[in-house]
Amino acid sequence: MDTSRSYLEPSSFSKKLAATIIIVYAVVTLIPISWMVMTSFKNVNSAISYPPEVFFEPSLEGYVNLFTNRSRQSKEYLDSLPPPDNWYEELVRSREMVITGPSKFLGRYSNSMIIGFGSTFASVFLGALAAYAFSRFKVPLKDDLLFFILSTRMFPPIAVAVPIFIMYRKLGLGDTHLGMIILYTVVNLSLAVWLLKGFMDEIPREYEEAAMIDGYSRLQAFFKVVLPQAMTGIAATAIFCMIFSWNEYAFAVLLTQFNAQTAPPFIPTIIGEGGLDWPAIGAGTTLFLLPVMIFTIILRKHLLRGITFGAVRK
Amino acid sequence: MSVKKKFKGLSDKAVAWLFIGPSVFLLLAINIYPLIYAIRMSFTNFYANKIGREPQFVGLKNYIKVLNKEAIWEKMQVTANFMFWTLLLQAVIGLGLALLLNRKFKGNELLTTLIVLPMMLSPAVVGVFWTYLYNPQVGLFNYVINFFHDFGSFDMIGSSVLAPWSIVIVDTWMWTPFTMLICLAGLRSVPNYLYEAAEVDRASKWQQFIYITLPSVLPFLLLALLFRGIENFKMFDMVVELTSGGPGSATELASINLKREAFEKWKTGYSSAFAVILFVTIFGFGNVYVKVMNKIKER
Repeated sequence: MDTSRSYLEPSSFSKKLAATIIIVYAVVTLIPISWMVMTSFKNVNSAISYPPEVFFEPSLEGYVNLFTNRSRQSKEYLDSLPPPDNWYEELVRSREMVITGPSKFLGRYSNSMIIGFGSTFASVFLGALAAYAFSRFKVPLKDDLLFFILSTRMFPPIAVAVPIFIMYRKLGLGDTHLGMIILYTVVNLSLAVWLLKGFMDEIPREYEEAAMIDGYSRLQAFFKVVLPQAMTGIAATAIFCMIFSWNEYAFAVLLTQFNAQTAPPFIPTIIGEGGLDWPAIGAGTTLFLLPVMIFTIILRKHLLRGITFGAVRK
Repeated sequence: MSVKKKFKGLSDKAVAWLFIGPSVFLLLAINIYPLIYAIRMSFTNFYANKIGREPQFVGLKNYIKVLNKEAIWEKMQVTANFMFWTLLLQAVIGLGLALLLNRKFKGNELLTTLIVLPMMLSPAVVGVFWTYLYNPQVGLFNYVINFFHDFGSFDMIGSSVLAPWSIVIVDTWMWTPFTMLICLAGLRSVPNYLYEAAEVDRASKWQQFIYITLPSVLPFLLLALLFRGIENFKMFDMVVELTSGGPGSATELASINLKREAFEKWKTGYSSAFAVILFVTIFGFGNVYVKVMNKIKER
């Protein structure tokens, strides 16, 4: 029997086998996402051909449809128009349609941005303050308070949606950016406090104590010594908050309609002629998922911590 | 006197409250107040769409109505079924993947990042694009299944037998990486000397797995399942966009039903009672689970 090998160094055969299975899983699991990206570059016909087309002539029709509203016109009318002045106009004309104006997508996308960045900034700022206090000071009922903060995350959003809906209607916050920013800030606060407390616990107290001996006040020590030290943790937390706000759907669909609607409730409503316009939905999905995928790659070292509220630190 | 000087006098206690205060205030205003509001409404016959009509106190009537309604128990069953299969599949596949990834082969970190991607996406948008994959005429999913075994035409979303599985599949696809990541952390936390000692004692690989690996991973796996359990009990967005609870009510989970009662029928009092019941259920189960989990951890 071979006992010279430690458990941590599996045989090269078992390593190869494991790698093969994992690669197969990774490929299979990425097919749905790649398929959506591929669909965004198909034209309407090849998106609904059967068997599904793996090789196709790429087209930007989905993206054009995503960003524009179009209406069908008669052949005579189209012939009477002056020649199209750009490629997308030409593409739409080839489908016997004309562009009637921009679609709502850009507005919804920028709502997602505004609400995402606004709430991320607010929850990370407030969360950092609270996390520092929990990390450094003797706060009465500390554990209870921390658990209370965490427990707010367990509420089903629908359970509190009606009261918030009524409250917002009274306060004039319904369907506003500010209202959604406040709401997402609060939902993210529990995550921000728990994650940042973990990161701040890891910063030695001696740093700020030394600064305070040098004449810094507690607040100065916090802003000038602790915050810069916690920057990696703050960035990771911010990305997690951003991803949550970016992806949130339940509150968005229930509390916003026109003014502050974000992209997730909007994307499913993209409709073409005679059914869903799959290339356009694919295009919307691709543009919407892209930032999150980039963020995930940036975050990979902190993923575990983020998804477990700091419970597992590796 | 400068601002600087003034702050210097601030005691640590004052700073602590200054720092915690705003967060606690916001949580009270936007989370606890609405919850209390919902509890209050659950004892009335309030309809949020009828402004001006004074709601009346009806005691426990709403609660009795919810608990006596057979349809509610059907929704609970749908929810329980969904939770059972998603948690089981995610535990088994997630742990399996973690064990494989722990072999530390080349490119392991890159593959982990790729596998994790689905869980970071917006569940609602995921629901939308899976309706395309599941499309009975042109869907890739149907094509692939029929490629391996010809079942003819089938409709994952439209059939009341298949629809519950359609949401289980998507949820498992999306969230298996979650259990995988947490189990992987558990595996990496096992100290080497345990395996070395086992090798010295000539324990077989299988015995090492049963007596060392599994007990060390178990608390991590249970933690992952706690998070997934809470999330899937609240599940709304992905399923709404994928099946919207249909066909009929084959995939109408508790929170989808709650949304229908609250925002389509506007039965605010009744739906608040239902929400409170759901909340108490999740809290109760959560607490028992955490107790059991801590017992296992202590062993």
